[in-house]
Amino acid sequence: MDKETLLDWYHQMVLIRRFEERSDELYQLEGKIKGFLHLYIGQEAVAVGTIAARKKGDHIITAYRDHGHALAVGIPASQVMAELMGKATGAVGGRGGSMHLASKERTFWGGYGIVGAHISLGTGMALAEKYKGTDNVCLCYFGDGATNIGYFHESLNMAAVWDLPIVFICENNKYGMGTSIEKASAAHKMIDKAKAYKIPGKQVDGMDIFAVYEATEKAIDACRKGKGPQFLEMMTYRYEGHSIGDRTRYRPEGELDKWRDEKDPIATLQNHLLQEHKVKEADLVAIDKKVIKEVDEAVEFSDDSPLPALDTLFDHIYPSNAEAN
Amino acid sequence: MARLTLREAITEALREEMRRDENVFIMGEEVGAWGGTYAVTKGFLEEFGENRVRDTPISEMAIAGAATGAAMAGTRPIAEFMTINFAFVAFDAIVNHAAKVSYMFNGQFDCPIVFRAPGGGGKQLGATHSHTPDVIFAHFPGLKVVCPATPYDAKGLLKSAIRDNGPVLFIEPVALYTSPKVRDEVPEEEFTVPLGVSDVKREGSDVTIITYGEGLHVSLDAAKALAKEGIEAEIIDLRSLQPLDMGPVIESFKKTFKAVVVEFGHQTYGIGAEIAARLQDEAFDYIDAPIKRVAQYDVPAPYSGELERAALPNADRVIAAVKEIL
Ligand SMILES: Cc1ncc(C[n+]2csc(CCOP(=O)(O)OP(=O)(O)O)c2C)c(N)n1
Ligand SMILES: [Mg+2]
Repeated sequence: MDKETLLDWYHQMVLIRRFEERSDELYQLEGKIKGFLHLYIGQEAVAVGTIAARKKGDHIITAYRDHGHALAVGIPASQVMAELMGKATGAVGGRGGSMHLASKERTFWGGYGIVGAHISLGTGMALAEKYKGTDNVCLCYFGDGATNIGYFHESLNMAAVWDLPIVFICENNKYGMGTSIEKASAAHKMIDKAKAYKIPGKQVDGMDIFAVYEATEKAIDACRKGKGPQFLEMMTYRYEGHSIGDRTRYRPEGELDKWRDEKDPIATLQNHLLQEHKVKEADLVAIDKKVIKEVDEAVEFSDDSPLPALDTLFDHIYPSNAEAN
Repeated sequence: MARLTLREAITEALREEMRRDENVFIMGEEVGAWGGTYAVTKGFLEEFGENRVRDTPISEMAIAGAATGAAMAGTRPIAEFMTINFAFVAFDAIVNHAAKVSYMFNGQFDCPIVFRAPGGGGKQLGATHSHTPDVIFAHFPGLKVVCPATPYDAKGLLKSAIRDNGPVLFIEPVALYTSPKVRDEVPEEEFTVPLGVSDVKREGSDVTIITYGEGLHVSLDAAKALAKEGIEAEIIDLRSLQPLDMGPVIESFKKTFKAVVVEFGHQTYGIGAEIAARLQDEAFDYIDAPIKRVAQYDVPAPYSGELERAALPNADRVIAAVKEIL
């Protein structure tokens, strides 16, 4: 991996982290963000490392913890922030909010709030590509908790029966809200569930962006070659609560510190850059500063943006039939 | 012109649309080798092949969800439920996803999908397999809900549904599929029937009967009997429950001042309630009598034939309702 790419990854990961920290403040201190807010801090390597492995035309679909994916596919931070603030300039015009970011031109289909439902949508996107005979694949993300819902099982089975080009990416952060995997799932390894459907699975260190990238590249490649669905279990950790207002009382003492101090994905990449690529500390600091500016500008842009006009309330209930024949 | 049954008209619409647009494909349980639970897609696998006539696992959530994803990603799936009763299992995929992606993502995504669902009771299939839950699905903005009562409408509406860029639930009254009484002339030339447009199926000046699906035929029977007594009923076939076209209903009501709503779903919170509310909102000064409802009684469908029929609307109940308000 060349240095430029790694610096770009570093930039993206730091951007996600600062963006999330600032969102948290905007919610808790300034009251500018309402509703649900699920932060991605700790899991940055997964979105950045997997999306780096996709090519144009590949589909991305994920759950409500979607800010990281939205930024990694390249939606400008200003549009993501404006969406969180419910502004007209937001990624989806203030209609979706934090959980429903999307960008058609980037084949990023969203952000979905019903646990597991979008796994079936992703399966359908892979079906559409297979139907059309392209070599596009779908990267479909979900949490460990989502592996307990029917949608997950029906979709994996369907994808396997039809050999669909989909990479199921389980972001295993050990908990679904406050319930640990041990309490909620009979199988403690998510890849064992994939195995039941004869889908090749791999556990990956989700805090190590190199491991994430490499595993994703292989999985995508297998999909493109017609080998059917693939399953990646990214072992990761969310540092913040499930969403705002979660005091994370369900975590054993010291668990967070251990992940953050020993495995932080940004620190890991930082060390790699400093040691293997002889990047100067000042260069990284420059990126950090650039990111702070980017996030500040995103907030400023959002502050200055108008609210959606009330006369747009009923727009888009149905898709336009203008181009239908 | 050919005289077709409702089922033949649906089959024709599907076949013609699949020949016309290669993005259209069918997925569902037993649609392929079996030929469709109600034989609607008989011969399709042979003509269109496995890619376009896709037998699915018994996975209603994933059928509806995958159809939604496939529709967003540029194909035009027709997802068949064996019966509408099984769509309950896919409720979230239908009303919370297919029906939401346009609005929630600010109009970025189309979702051209038709959920085909045979519906209705009266076939002694027991409580879980005999629902007419049409109105429940029609509650949600974002999902169009259509139910034809005649072969002509079935063909024309289904074609429109397939060409629509949003999700449409297309409900097919099983009781009408092969009914000789419902057989009708259907032009061979290309035609469509627009979604969301009600239709006057019988003219009359004494009372307005508002109905759709199976209710149309019960109402026509009632009207025939009433005519012998000199009572002329005007019958409006809603055809689409969402969007609901009240135009012809209001127009007729302003002429007759009396209305009976006939539906095969349960009465409570049903279409009758909605129509009655709208009539008193939009035509209050024209109300001459209580607006009556003839619907399925609020009881789970029993198995035993006579008992089941006792819960469903019939011409006698419609006649009685009309006479009550004349
Ligand atoms: C069908 C459904 N049930 C419950 C919820 C409430 N809920 C939201 S997130 C969540 C936990 C999901 O955990 P996981 O899949 O592990 O994702 P994570 O939040 O850890 O990223 C629950 C129970 C929901 N949104 N949808
Ligand atoms: Mg989790």
